[in-house]
Amino acid sequence: MRVGLFIPCYVDQFYPGAAQATLELLEKYGVDVIYPLSQTCCGQPMANSGYESYGKDSADLFMKNFGEFEYIVAPSGSCTLHVKDHVLPKTEGSPKIFELCEFLTDILKVDQVHASFPYRVGFHSSCHGLRGLRLAKCSERMDPEFNKPLSLLNMVSNIQMVELDRKDECCGFGGTFAIAEEAISVTMGKDRIADHQRNGVEVLTGADMSCLMHMQGLLKRQKSPIKVMHIAEILNGNEVVGSTEI
Amino acid sequence: MKLKTHAEEAAEFIKDDARTHWHDDTLWHVRSNRDRSAQGIPEWETLRDTASATKDYVLSHIDELLEQFEANAKANGVEVLWAKDGKEHNQHVYRILQENKVKNIVKSKSILTEECGLNHYLEKKGYDVVDTDLGERIIQFAKQTPSHIVLPAIHLKKQDIGDIFHNHIGTKAGASDPNYLTEAARQHLRKKFVQANAAITGVNFGIAETGGFVVCTNEGNADMGTHLADVHIACMGIEKLIPRAADLGVFLRLLARSATGQSITNYSSHFHRPAEGKKLYIILVDNGRTDQLGREDFKNSLKCIRCGACMNTCPIYRRSGGHSYNYTVPGPIGSILSPGRDLKKYSSLPFASTLCGSCSDVCPVKINIHEQLYKWRQVIAENTDMDRSKKLSMKVAGMTFGKPVLYDLAGKVARTALKITPKSLVYSSINVWGRHRDLPEVPKESFKEWYKKNRKQ
Repeated sequence: MRVGLFIPCYVDQFYPGAAQATLELLEKYGVDVIYPLSQTCCGQPMANSGYESYGKDSADLFMKNFGEFEYIVAPSGSCTLHVKDHVLPKTEGSPKIFELCEFLTDILKVDQVHASFPYRVGFHSSCHGLRGLRLAKCSERMDPEFNKPLSLLNMVSNIQMVELDRKDECCGFGGTFAIAEEAISVTMGKDRIADHQRNGVEVLTGADMSCLMHMQGLLKRQKSPIKVMHIAEILNGNEVVGSTEI
Repeated sequence: MKLKTHAEEAAEFIKDDARTHWHDDTLWHVRSNRDRSAQGIPEWETLRDTASATKDYVLSHIDELLEQFEANAKANGVEVLWAKDGKEHNQHVYRILQENKVKNIVKSKSILTEECGLNHYLEKKGYDVVDTDLGERIIQFAKQTPSHIVLPAIHLKKQDIGDIFHNHIGTKAGASDPNYLTEAARQHLRKKFVQANAAITGVNFGIAETGGFVVCTNEGNADMGTHLADVHIACMGIEKLIPRAADLGVFLRLLARSATGQSITNYSSHFHRPAEGKKLYIILVDNGRTDQLGREDFKNSLKCIRCGACMNTCPIYRRSGGHSYNYTVPGPIGSILSPGRDLKKYSSLPFASTLCGSCSDVCPVKINIHEQLYKWRQVIAENTDMDRSKKLSMKVAGMTFGKPVLYDLAGKVARTALKITPKSLVYSSINVWGRHRDLPEVPKESFKEWYKKNRKQ
C-alpha cells in the first residue's frame, strides 16, 4: 500500500524523532511511504486564529503535494482534523487523511505491536483527535467504550498504562491560544501534568506532539523527571531518551 | 464601550490560584455528577438526537408555532405581549405593574430578564425587585451579576456568603454553615413572598400545542411567588418553544441531568391559565433572536435550553470564572451568542477556547458550539481590526507556509537562531511561550533534512 506522509511543520522542525518513528513504523507494517519534499504546514494556525484566508496558499500547496494519494497519514490528530475539515475536498475519489493511530487501527488493522516499553505511561488524549476524529470515546458521550491509541499501546510488552483522574481534559495548548490566553493555558497545562505526576507517570505520551510540546515545556521548567514521547516512538520500540529515575 | 478582553479578565481571576482551583474543582464535581446521571440512561444519545431534531423543527417553524402558542394562551385567558427588544420588554413589565398597582415584586430566576436589565430598570422606577432564587438573592445583595446561568453565585464560597448575609440579613458574623445560612435566607424570603403583589418568572419551555408553559426550579421559589401574588408575569425568549406537550418529557429528562446531574428539577411547574381572580401575562421577547436565526452558521445556538453543562465542562470557564466573559450568558454558549449582539464588544470571546469540543459533546441539544466558535473567529478577523500584530504575523506565516523554499529556510534560520542566541535573550519578556514553559530542544536537523540524506534516492 502506498501512502503520502504528512509531517506537520513544528514536528518537522523540532521533533524529527517523532517523524522518523512514524515513517519507520509504517514501513514495518509494509506500507510504501512517500514523503513529498515540498510540504510545509496545513494552515491550521492561521485558520484557528480567524485567518482561514491566509492559509489558502498552504492549502493549495497541500493539495499539490498530496492530491494524488488515496491515503495520507500524519502523526497529529489536530493537523489531520484541520486538513480533513478545511483542506481536502469532500468529493468522491479525493484523498483521505488519517491520524497515525487511526490508520494503524482502521486501515492496517494492526493486531500486534513489536515493542517493549517497561515504564509507567500516562496517555494524553488530545482534544482534536478525541472529539474531532473520534479516536476514542470521550467522557461526555454515552457511547460504547473504544480507544484506538490506547488499544495500540496496550499491545506493547511490559507497558504499564496509568489511569488518570481526568482522563480526557484539555491541556490548554490550543495553538495561538497558548500565547493569546497565556494565563489560562499555563494553568491548564500545569493541572494536566499534575494529574500525571499524582499518578506516578514516568513517560507521558500522546498522538499530538503540539500538546506534548506544551506539557513538556512546563515539565522541563519544573525540572520534572517525567519524559515526553510521541506515541509513534513507543510503538516503534524507541528507547526513552534520557533517564527516567523517579 | 471597550471591554477588557477575556484573556485580561482571566489573568486577573487566575492570580488567586487557590480560588481558581476551588472553582475548577467545584464545577468539575458538577460535571462528574452529570456524567454519572447520564450514564444511567441507556438512551441518552437518542434523547439528545431527539431534542436536537425537535429544536430544529422549532427553529424552522417558529413563526407558526409562536402564533399557535399565542392563540392557545389567549384562549386560556392569558394576556400575551410581544417585545422586540429588552427595552420594550421592560416597558411592558412596568406598565403591567402600574396597571395592577403593584408595590412589591418577587422574581424567580430568569436569564432573559437579566439580559434585558429588568432589575436595574425597575429599581430606577422606584421598585424593589426581590430575587427569590437563593443564589440570585446572594449576588443581588452583593450587587454583582450572575457568574453562571444555573449556579449564579458559584464564584462565591460559603464564607463569602456568610459575610454577605451578615451585612444584609443580620446572620451571625463569621457564620458559614450552609444549613444555618439557608434557613436564614428562607425566613427572610418568606416575608417577601407574603408581601408580594406580583411574581415575575422566566419560562423554560413554552408549549405551542397547549399555550401552557413550564418553569423549572430546585427551590420551589417560582411556585411560592406565583401562588401568593395576584399577578404573574412570565418572561419568555421566543426560542423557548416546543411544539407539543408530548415533547416535554425529552427536555425535562435532559435539562436537570445536564445541569446538575439530578434526574429532574425538584419543581417542574406547569402554568396554563390564571387562577380565579388573578392575572397571568406572558411577554414574548425577541431581543436579537430573529437576527441570530437569520445567520445560517449560528442559528443553532438558539436551540440552547440553558442547562449550563457547557460551562461546567469548559476547562477555560472553570478556571476563569463567569465574570471574565462580561456577558449575561458566559462560557462557550455565551461566546457564540454574544458576538451576534455586538461583534466588536465581544470579539475576544470566541477566542477564549482551545476548540476542545467538550461543550458540543456535553450539550443536550447538540449545538455545534466549538464549530461556531471557529466560524465566529473568521467573521471577527474579517470584520474587526481586533489585533493588528496578530494579523500581520498570520499574514507572514501564511506567506511562508505557501512557499516550501521559504519555509525550509525560515525553519533553519529559526533553529539556528535558537541555538546561538543566549538563553537570557531567548527567554526575554517578549517570549510569551517562554515565561512559564521551556522551548523544545533544537534538533541538529529537521526531519526533511534527515529524509533527504537518508531516504531520497
